[in-house]
Amino acid sequence: MLNRVVIRFAGDSGDGMQLTGDRFTAEAASFGNDISTLPNFPAEIRAPQGTIPGVSSFQVHFADFDIVTPGDTADVLVAMNPAALKASIPQLKRGGLIIVDTAEFTKRNLTKVGYERNPLEDGSLDDYQLHALDLTGMTVAAVQGFGLTRKDASRAKNMFALGLLSWLYNRDTDTTLKFLSEKFAGKPQLRDANITAFRTGYAFGETTETFGVTYQVAPAPMPAGRYRQISGNVALAYGLVVGAQKAGLPLFFGAYPITPASDVLHTLSKLKRFNVMTFQAEDEIAAAGSALGASFAGRLGVTASSGPGIALKSETISLAVMTELPMVICDVQRSGPSTGMPTKTEQADLLMALYGRHGEAPVPVIAAQSPADCFDTAVEAVRVAVEYRTPVFVLTDGYLANGAEPWRVPQLTTIPAIDPQFATEPNGPKGEFLPYLRDEETLARPWAAPGTPGLEHRLGGIEKDARTGNISYDPANHELMTDTRQAKVDGIARTIPPLEVDDPGRESGDGARVLVLGWGSTYGPALAAIRRMRKTGTKVAHAQLRWLNPFPANLGEVLRSYDKVVVPEMNLGQLAMLLRAKYLVDVQSYSRVRGLPISVDEFEADLFEIVREVEARALAPETETSEGALQ
Amino acid sequence: MTTTKYPTAPAASATPPALGRGLAHVPLAIAPLNRKDFVSDQEVRWCPGCGDYAVLAAFQGFMPELGIKRENTVIISGIGCSSRFPYYVDAYGMHSIHGRAPAIATGVAATREDLAVFVITGDGDALSIGGNHLLHALRRNVNITILLFNNRIYGLTKGQYSPTSEMGKVTKSTPMGSLDQPLNPVSLALGAEATFVARAVDSDRKHLSAVLKAAAAHRGASLVEIYQNCPIFNDGAFDALKGGEESAEAIIPLSHGEPIVFGVDGHLAVVRDRATGALRIAERAEVAADDIVVHDAHAEDPSYAFALSRLSSAGHLQRSPIGVFRDVQRPSYDDEAREQVRTARGNGEDVDDASLQELLYGQDTWEVSA
Repeated sequence: MLNRVVIRFAGDSGDGMQLTGDRFTAEAASFGNDISTLPNFPAEIRAPQGTIPGVSSFQVHFADFDIVTPGDTADVLVAMNPAALKASIPQLKRGGLIIVDTAEFTKRNLTKVGYERNPLEDGSLDDYQLHALDLTGMTVAAVQGFGLTRKDASRAKNMFALGLLSWLYNRDTDTTLKFLSEKFAGKPQLRDANITAFRTGYAFGETTETFGVTYQVAPAPMPAGRYRQISGNVALAYGLVVGAQKAGLPLFFGAYPITPASDVLHTLSKLKRFNVMTFQAEDEIAAAGSALGASFAGRLGVTASSGPGIALKSETISLAVMTELPMVICDVQRSGPSTGMPTKTEQADLLMALYGRHGEAPVPVIAAQSPADCFDTAVEAVRVAVEYRTPVFVLTDGYLANGAEPWRVPQLTTIPAIDPQFATEPNGPKGEFLPYLRDEETLARPWAAPGTPGLEHRLGGIEKDARTGNISYDPANHELMTDTRQAKVDGIARTIPPLEVDDPGRESGDGARVLVLGWGSTYGPALAAIRRMRKTGTKVAHAQLRWLNPFPANLGEVLRSYDKVVVPEMNLGQLAMLLRAKYLVDVQSYSRVRGLPISVDEFEADLFEIVREVEARALAPETETSEGALQ
Repeated sequence: MTTTKYPTAPAASATPPALGRGLAHVPLAIAPLNRKDFVSDQEVRWCPGCGDYAVLAAFQGFMPELGIKRENTVIISGIGCSSRFPYYVDAYGMHSIHGRAPAIATGVAATREDLAVFVITGDGDALSIGGNHLLHALRRNVNITILLFNNRIYGLTKGQYSPTSEMGKVTKSTPMGSLDQPLNPVSLALGAEATFVARAVDSDRKHLSAVLKAAAAHRGASLVEIYQNCPIFNDGAFDALKGGEESAEAIIPLSHGEPIVFGVDGHLAVVRDRATGALRIAERAEVAADDIVVHDAHAEDPSYAFALSRLSSAGHLQRSPIGVFRDVQRPSYDDEAREQVRTARGNGEDVDDASLQELLYGQDTWEVSA
């Protein structure tokens, strides 16, 4: 899906950077037109080693089309030493990927270029995706058997890095391997070492489940404000912290490591100063269980995982539905089923989030549309969880989690407070506590935390009496409770803003006939395609579903006001099926499950065909009618 | 920012010196409570003659003696006959899901130092479906007290063999006899380096109450295995330990600092084999007094307690050590976790908005003007 990636290799002029770069330059034309380089080496042939004037670099382009220029700013920086990092950071895109060779980040090398603290550790690179790796060590170990000197062996680290990048960006490795074989045909030792380093780097990316996602932002004017770069997982973590803070609740985060959700745990574990407790549980089940326990104890319990882990949590989520306790479950989706492709993105957990439980167990589901939007989504999920006493699903995916985009940082004071309204007094007519006596408007039950005198009560998975919460097998009571749990979740729609449609011509009576309805991370690619189409005069309406359960109240009306509704999804049409079932509208699914975000180019081309067809039919109503009559 | 509304721990001065450290941060009842204060309005529905009644009575009996506030008592159970327990105690409780009570209790204990947290579980719940959670709660040493009701059978599902059933047991699911080697819960807990491990029998209320009280007072995870008779599906499983002279031969009593001597007229003793270091049972008359093991529940190395746990008979129960196997001090997970948060927060001030806003800005921002 990425049309091009610009990679800058930077190191000491003695590192053989130009040598590697020259090889690419020389050979690029004969190997598929997809690599273009920009050599940049110091004027002095032997500038002092490890200094900024001594930095030598070259740029490599991966692209799907003929490249004319090597690109001005880099998406990826491979920095072989502190000097290279310092010199090249200004040419790196904000939020870009940095790979550094930690072997060279010694105190001496840092001091030489004026780093007082190690930039790999002091948080100054937080706006980038940093991969600090011992490139030298791993490369030397990988090529140990080829009888090279340590210096020659360590030079192959460029190939290790290239192998890793080839994994990250789904590059065909044959081209590079062929290049290396031919280039070093006369030097079998070097050939084998370089090929091995390249393959080892590729394998390293695969086994360590490394991501290389760049979030595609549709060109648009940015509203005024103070911006920063943020990735989806960090934004999600910050949103949880702010949500908890707005509710005046300590945050308890139970999790088990899993790609691509682990960074949420990593981020939160560093935020204890904001009254956050993180717990790396023994498994996914305990991660969810401990979070539910924390919620029972009057805290905000949150857990996060990806598909396989969410499957394990499902029994606990059902208990949270039954006990009606606040809880937030984040699913950073990845390609499935089973282990699938852990570093690749997908949206195929939608139906699991909605229905993947035993019994009638409705759970609100909200999905983030972009990396920065993960923040707002998390805050909103906390609000609904706390105010309605319910588990809430937050859906993101690997594309959002690891992708980054500019974020207009909100002022905390503008985010409304969330009131947990803990029960403090008995609510029954006889001075007793009735834990399932509900708020008439929200249908939320009282949340009484242990330690509150007079409100001692027992919760559990067994069906509850509608008032006392005691065990009840009464048939009518079960039906009432089942209906009430559903009605409570349905009622959340009253606090959800109506679905807004972006259809520029509609007000003047020149609206589109085709509506693209997205959810989650298809937002970016879909909007980018639509904006391009509008530039050439094609009319397409666009809307984004934030809440997948409940749907906004006006959704049916919106769907019915277009000739055709197209739903792009990275699954086999899960939302499309739901919309068809619920609203009896002929929704057309646009489905891609390649582990990659939907391609803007491809979607644009396909959507153009759909619009053309729909408009042609609309303009020839008689043909339409006669065709209809024939059928 | 709004003031915090969640219940907070009381000042440390409320802690009486008389209590064990396990309940150090739990507030004390203002007026003394009695057994009835811990009895809920729910009808107890175990089968007639079930051992669970005795454990419930012992629990309701000793709870007032702890002196803590009833509302600061939390009981979390899993699934099984015994897991109905929380409904019958007038405290905060959750009857959760099969095997997961230790995980849920970990979330409660980690976030609330002012609560006394009990876990009620059974042999199937704790050792089969929930084995993983039990293991990890014990090795982390979370400050919870686990009552493991072991009746060596699945009762709620009407009589299948459990992970503590003896090999060859004929049940509904094993008409030709079970093939599984049973687990010894005490050995398992000691293998996980649990800091408090004990065993009691449902019918000996006085001993059971004393052991449970000691377990509650222990800071860290406590596991008490309770031999509990199921009169319907496994009646008489522990009879060897319950009758007059016979039980004197069967119960190996563990009492810290006392030589382990038992049997009618104390004719049996636990001795250490000088060659192998293993423990065995010998006729007292045939061994030197110096070879008789003096019970040391505070031994740091769990090997000794583990060796003791192996003295239980393997198949149908004929003999077993009863009492506190191990009671040692080790920092508890939840104390340390809270300490990390406290340290990071600089001693419990409310989160300040300015620093949170600063976090959101990060280190590198830029302005876009209108």
